[in-house]
Order: sequence, then structure tokens, then C-alpha cells
Amino acid sequence: MKREITCINCPVGCRMTVELSDDGTFLSVTGNTCPRGAKYAQQECTVPTRTLTAVIQVPGSPVPLSVKTASPVPKERIFEVMQAISTAEVSLPVRAGQVILKDVLGTGSDIIATRSLDT
Amino acid sequence: MMKTDILIIGAGITGTAVARELSRFRAHISVIERGADIAEGATKANSGIVHAGYDALPGTKKAFFNVRGAAVYGNLCASLGVPYRRCGALVVGFDESDRAALERLKERGRTNGVPGLEILEKEALSALEPSLNPEASCALNVPGSAIVSPYELAFAMADDAALNGVEFRFGEDARSVAPDESGAGWIVDTGSSRYQCRAVINCAGAFGAELHNMISPEKLTMVHRRGQYYLLDRAETLPFSRTIFQCPNAMGKGVLVSPTVHGNLLIGPNAEDIENPLDTATTPEGLSFVLRTAQRTWPFLSVRTNITNFSGIRAHLNTDDFAVGAVSGCENAYEAIGIESPGLSSAPAIGEYLAAMVAEDMGLKRKDEIAAYVPGPKPFHEMTGEERDAAVRSNPEYGNIICRCEVVTEAEIRTAIRRPVGARTIDGVKRRTRAGMGRCQGGFCMPRVAEILSEELDCGILSVTKDGGASRILCDTVENMLKEAGRDE
Amino acid sequence: MNETYVDILVIGAGPAGLAAAQAARESGIENLLVLERENEPGGILRQCIHNGFGLHRFREELTGPEYAQRDIDAVRAMGIPVECGCTVLSVSPERVVTCVSRTKGFRVFRAGAVILAMGCRERPRGALCTPGTRCAGIYSAGTAQRFVNLEGYMPGRRVVILGSGDIGLIMARRMTLQGAKVLACVEIMPYSSGLNRNIVQCLEDYGIPLLLSHTVTDIRGRDRLEGITVSKVDENRNPVPGTEIDYECDTLLLSCGLIPENELSAGAGVRMSPATSGPMVSESFETSVDGIFACGNVLHVHDLVDHVSAESLKAGHAAAEYIRGNRPGGETIPVCDGEGVRGTVPQSIRKGAAGPVDLMFRPSGVFRNASAVVENDGREILRKKAMIFTPGEMSVVTLKEENIRSLTSGKLTVRIERS
Repeated sequence: MKREITCINCPVGCRMTVELSDDGTFLSVTGNTCPRGAKYAQQECTVPTRTLTAVIQVPGSPVPLSVKTASPVPKERIFEVMQAISTAEVSLPVRAGQVILKDVLGTGSDIIATRSLDT
Repeated sequence: MMKTDILIIGAGITGTAVARELSRFRAHISVIERGADIAEGATKANSGIVHAGYDALPGTKKAFFNVRGAAVYGNLCASLGVPYRRCGALVVGFDESDRAALERLKERGRTNGVPGLEILEKEALSALEPSLNPEASCALNVPGSAIVSPYELAFAMADDAALNGVEFRFGEDARSVAPDESGAGWIVDTGSSRYQCRAVINCAGAFGAELHNMISPEKLTMVHRRGQYYLLDRAETLPFSRTIFQCPNAMGKGVLVSPTVHGNLLIGPNAEDIENPLDTATTPEGLSFVLRTAQRTWPFLSVRTNITNFSGIRAHLNTDDFAVGAVSGCENAYEAIGIESPGLSSAPAIGEYLAAMVAEDMGLKRKDEIAAYVPGPKPFHEMTGEERDAAVRSNPEYGNIICRCEVVTEAEIRTAIRRPVGARTIDGVKRRTRAGMGRCQGGFCMPRVAEILSEELDCGILSVTKDGGASRILCDTVENMLKEAGRDE
Repeated sequence: MNETYVDILVIGAGPAGLAAAQAARESGIENLLVLERENEPGGILRQCIHNGFGLHRFREELTGPEYAQRDIDAVRAMGIPVECGCTVLSVSPERVVTCVSRTKGFRVFRAGAVILAMGCRERPRGALCTPGTRCAGIYSAGTAQRFVNLEGYMPGRRVVILGSGDIGLIMARRMTLQGAKVLACVEIMPYSSGLNRNIVQCLEDYGIPLLLSHTVTDIRGRDRLEGITVSKVDENRNPVPGTEIDYECDTLLLSCGLIPENELSAGAGVRMSPATSGPMVSESFETSVDGIFACGNVLHVHDLVDHVSAESLKAGHAAAEYIRGNRPGGETIPVCDGEGVRGTVPQSIRKGAAGPVDLMFRPSGVFRNASAVVENDGREILRKKAMIFTPGEMSVVTLKEENIRSLTSGKLTVRIERS
């Protein structure tokens, strides 16, 4: 099975062709012009992940709290993680880096605040 | 059923002028307006010119009211604190047939009583207006031509009227006008309310003929003539200091290039007859026509500094003249309709004339005391350093700049909302204060204006609209929409 | 009115102003003040909650607020005063600055040097002359970003994005994640000006089509937006009849380019570059007006905040040197755009300048396997090969000190040469 993907590492944006076995195992990649491209292609075709960012309303704060996944989460779980984030309950004050949700949905990634909010 | 002595339909420049004049008499006066604010129709989208009066045919109502209106404009604007500048105008000709037309205009102007008109030759033109196309061979010089901010004048006249007891109601669209039981008064139905009045005055702009035809045996036909514009950014020096017209033709006064009272350059309009009187869209054809035609006046015209396009609709009657006075065949019904150009110039005179007629017919007495309208303070943008210092000392909200392009402060925005007929929408604030009128077109200030509106009107920000009706600027909170999306899955 | 003297006045506490202030302090300037019109420092980064910032400068991937916080913390640690809620109203050529704030009223400063760091703004609909109605629901992408990320409100449910700049792409993802439906991203050029990474992660991840060589040709809706028409455009960017696609949507976001915000600069009499819409500067980021410097997006629009910070650190050092009376001497060599190049900054180099000096520019189109060539008086002095030059990414060639020393009279030109 073949998959076409665009490399995101630099502005060249190489169009790469990835060869995968029927069970989805990475076999080979062509079209890349550097080793970073190959690495990205393998990752993207086997376990694609994304860092997710969002905002949460905090009672008493006029400004919402911006948060992120401390490490990337599986791409296919992005919408689930968004829903999980929306249920988080936060109260003032918040410090940047503070854990808002531990190990969100068992992904191994924490949701952490990316800014501070004072009372 | 609401009862009132006099019901004015329409809160454009004409309706507000009539209301202001009538507010000096002892009567209960109401103004109903289909839009969300004053000046929602042609008044907010026209060339902003106070014509000297050379163009209208002698003997017409247009000529009569234009010349009289233009004569009082300067004083009226000064007393109401409305930006007005007598910048003069040139009507430019390119060939011998244009010259003949300009001679006719000059003659017509003389008959109408317009002072100071003269034909200028090519050499004089480049000295007066260096950016003018050098191919222009002659021009009619009109020193009495002026520019004004039309909607600001309507706001001020409405505020003055409201101070003197006139009641304004918005979102009220007059759907029917019919005699009441007595036969002497009228019932006006807006769907949401019914108004019973002793006299009705039709100042309904684009809908004027429709209302006229409901009650008058003498039917009128109205054409909706759309005009599209470019508004260019302010600049230290504008390429033209006067309004530059081209020779007029059958469809109107043609495409003009004019400074505005706020230092922008206005270019337009075209003229196209359309079906829907509310269709104020701009079109590629209309805009490119305006551009091409204006380049004849100003060959170096580029839209690189364009900040917005808009269009307005002129209400043209098949009689080719205004209809001002008593509605033919009716008692206690009056009208000022077909108020296309020079309608803005004529509005003060129409107001005075119609109010006097109504007052006499109804036997109204003048009030002993009139509440004086005091114009608001100078805009912060125009203040000197000392004045700014004093302003912030008296009110710290002057220290908070909301619109960075036009330098509009929080104090001025709150004042605009608190005026007698105050702003209720983003556009209402924009037209009263200029917040969002500048080169970023509200990109930075609109969210902050929305916040101030929600505070002042004591409503949630979600119900703030751009211009009334269903024009809400936001749809929901981030939280709710995400939860909704979760439920849908 | 009373004037307060400061050695260096920085206008704007976004990434540019904060970096310039740090550099000026490091160079020993004690009497230093930063003025910021918003209520918090950080500039536009405050609303850029997505990640991808800081890879060059901090070697790690940060979100906008995190990146901003690093500079805010650094400035605080150095004890540099940053006054928020204070809008600068004017800057004179003599560096008299007037400003106003709610708490401190109207004030006048006289500055030894001024650093302009006001950032940029988005091109509005008017700049595009898009026909149609003027209903609610049409916003610049940055305005929508502010509503969503700083106010917690959604501007709409069914969205089309005009322009494929990075803010537009980022907002396509942001709106989608929050539950809106983004129908398409429409780009008039045959290429996107956004980063590949954003095209993949903001559009492709969510199945949002990117329509290149298309534009919006009609906008419908009386009160709120009801729909738009998109048409294909030809090589001259004119719509092709018969290619219309209608979208039912309540929101149109515009991401059609950024313009440096130079009202104050113009008022100070600073000479402007038509190519960048920012001030013309020397290699030390000094404008045509003595002692007025400029850096960051007010000078020219950057793609990466890391580059804004790097440039602004240099401007801050240069302003400090200026205060101490140290200014590079020597002949001024003008820097010009050659073929394939637009908006090279700086616009001039003094022969006595210390190296290295970065020449930053935007390619005027996409060039593959090409070279950027720097010529002095027709003589090639530097060449840099690259697999791609694209308008979406600012390109840089660096002049070393020996290159500068060897300059002869006559202009310096940067051009792109196809191989």
C-alpha cells in the first residue's frame, strides 16, 4: 500500500511516497531529499501525533486559560482530547506549567497551562 | 395601539430634519424607523456633498430646496457641531460639447441664484488642482460647494429632536397606512405595533412611493438607483482639495472624486437601476466602472489605499423631482419623498418647510422654551496636547484609546452610546465616533467596542449586533460550541 | 507641558519591544522605558496559543504565551519598567513622544533614542475590493483569533477562509477543533504563503480543501453572512467566468497579508519603503530620522518570532550604542532589490559597520534550486544556494565583516538567480 505525504520540516515541502505493508508496517520512503524527511514520513505513517492547544474558561477570569498537551498525543484522538479538556475545572490562580489534567484519556500526556492567571 | 399627534416615518436626513423642526411646536411627535439606527438608508451612503444649486432645473422643488438648504448649512452644522467644510467644487469638461454643457449649468445656476460661478480655462485648472487630468480643458468653478458628514448631521438633528421630546422607535417597518375610524387621522401598522396619529409624514426614502401609493389616488413610480463608492485612506495631503465632478449626464451628476470632512478621499458613484431597494451590495462591474470613470478625473488613481467599498440607493421618482408637501388627495398626510441628490443639500430646507406647513394646518403653537442642543466636546483626535491633558484629568476614560487608527477613546464611545438617541450597534458607534472607520476597519477595536456596548446596554456580548436585526457578531461561547460538537458525535 | 527625559523609549511590548529593551539594558542603558497600549505585555503572541515558537531561539517548541512569558520574565528580572495601557499618540523628529493612559493621563517624554516596535496589522476587506454585501460575519483572521483565544467567543459556525497566510491556516484548525465547520481555504495565488507544516497540520489533518488560484467574488447576506461565491482566477488574478462555486457559510475570515503599522513612524517623518511598508533603515536599524530605530514587524513582516527577537536584540544594542555616541561611520552604501527579490532590509549599510550584517528579503515568487546573489557595483561578493526560495519564507544572506570592508562606492544589490 502506498501513501503520498508532504514533508513539513522545511519550505521545500518534498512530496514523499511511503510504502506500507498491508498491516500498516513501514517499508520504505522515496521522494525525500534529507534524512529528516524519511524520519518524519515513517512517524507520520505509523504513529502520527500532534501537540494540541486549547483554551479553558476559568470562573472569575475575564481571559480564558490557554493550555497544551505536554507531549504530543495520537492524531486520531485529538477531538476526544478536546472534549476532555472542555470538562476540566480550573480555579484561580493558575501558574504557567501547572498540570490541569493528569494523563489525559490515558495518553500519557498531561494538559498543562501555558500562561498564568492571577486572581 | 400607540397614540401620537404626529408620526414621522423614516429617520434619515429628511425625517430627522422634519422631526427637529417640528419639535419646536407643542405636539407629541414620534419617529419610526425600519432600521436599527438613524441614517440607515441613503443618508449613510451618499457623496456627502452640499451642492451649491446650479444643477437643478429652475422652477423645480429640487432647485428651490437645494438653494435654500445650502444657504443655511454652514450655520446649522456649526450649531450642531457637525463637520462641514466649504471646500468648493469644479465641474470638469474635456471637449467643446462639455464646455457648452458647463455654460448651460452656469446659466442655470445664475437663474437659481447661486453666486460665484465662473468658467475656468485649462491654465487655471492645473494651478488649482495639480492632480487633475491635464486633458481637462475647462471647468465650472463652484466656490459655494461644500462637504458634510451626512449621518453625523442626522444624528445631531435626531438628538436635538429627542431632547425636545420627540420619541424615536427603531426596527419599526411601516407596512400599512390607512385612515382611522374618524377619517381625520391615520393608523400605521408595523407588524409589531400599531400607531394612531393625527398626521402622518412620509419620509421613508426608498419606500416612500410604496407608502404614498397606499393612501394617495395619484400614484407615483419610484426607481431605486444604486451608486457604488470607494473610500480611500486618509493622507497628510490629499490629491484634491475640492470636489471634482465630471459633466453631468442623464443618470446623475456622474462620478466624483472628493475629499471628505474626515480627510479621506471618496470616489463614486455609478448609477444602476435595481429591483430590490435593500440591495446595497457592490459589484465587480459597478466598482470597475467607477474606477475607470474616475481615472478620467485623476489619471494616477490607484485603489492601493482603498479601505472600504459601499453602495447607497437613491430614490428616484418618475416625475424627476422631489415630492414635498401634502399628499395629494389626502387630509393630514404629508411627504418628502424622491429625495435623491440634491436631497442632502435640501434636507434642512425641506424640514423647515414641511414643519411649518404641518404646524399651520394642525394649528400647533410654538413652545415657550426649547432645550438647547449642546454639541459634544471636540473629538480627542483633534485636541491639542493641553486639551488632551485636561480631558483625561476630567475623565480617565479619555486615557484609554480604543480605536488606534482614528484615535477614538473609551470616553467618546461611552458618550456615543449615552447620547439622547444613542448608538446601539457596532456600526452605530462607528458612525458616531469613527471607531472602526480607519485603515484596519475595526480589526483591532471591534471586539473592544462590542465589550463596551454590552456593558453600557447591560446585555451579553453575544447579543451585540453589527447593525441591528440578525447581524450578531458572535454565535456562542467557545465552551458551548465545543460541548455541542461533542454531543453531535 | 513638563517633559520627562529617558535615554531609550521603546514603543510596544510585543516580542520586538521586549527583546530590544533587554538588549539596551544589557548594553548598560539604565534610563529605559517600554510603553504598551494593551493591558498586558506580550503583543500578538498572547492570542497565538498554538505551538511552534522558539525552535531557533530557545531550541524548544513553545506556544505563543510561553514564548512571550520568557521575555516578560527576563525584562522583569532586569527591572526594566514596562507600562501597559499606555498608547503613544505621537513621535516628533526631535524624539518628543506624547502618550496617554488611564492611570497616568497625558504625558510628554523626550527620548535620547526611540525604538519603534509597534508590530503590524491585517489587511482588511477594503484592501481586496471584494464585492458583495457588508454584513456581519466577515473578520480578519486575527480578530477571530482574539475572540476565540482571548475572549472565549466563537465568531461563527460555518467558515470559509480567504487567504492562506499562517494566521488563516491556524484559525482553520482552531475553529474546527472548537466545533465549527471550515468549508475551504481560498488562496488567490498559485501557491500558499503559509508554512508547509501549517498546511498539513491545520488543513490536511481536518480534510479542509485548499483552493489555490481562487478568490471570493461575491458575498451575500443582509444582516449576517449567508453565503459566498468563490471563482478560479487566471494568471492575471482575474476571475474566470463559469468557475463559480457557492458556499453557504456564516463566517468569512480574511488572512490576506499583514502591513507594518507605521502611523507613528510617518508622523515622525521617517522615510518609508514602498516594498516593505516599513521604515528604511541602516544596518543598525536606525531610520532616516536621527536616533529613531525600528525592529520587528513594524519594520517588515516576519514569519517567525524567533527572527523578530534576533533582529530586535540588534536594534536594542544599536540604540544603546547611539546613546553612548558610538555610531558606525563611513560611506553609506544603498541596498537595492534585484531580480526576484522584494523588500530587502536594511536599505543601507555604512562601510564602518561591524559585521556580520544580515540582508533579509522576500523572494517575489517560488524559485527551486536557485541562488541568492549579492553584488556590489556589479561585482559578485556573495552567493547562497538553496533548494527553494519562496515568498512565504523570509530569506537571509549574511555579509561578513570582510565583505563589508571590501565594499566599494555604488549600490549593493540582492537578486535571485535561477540555475
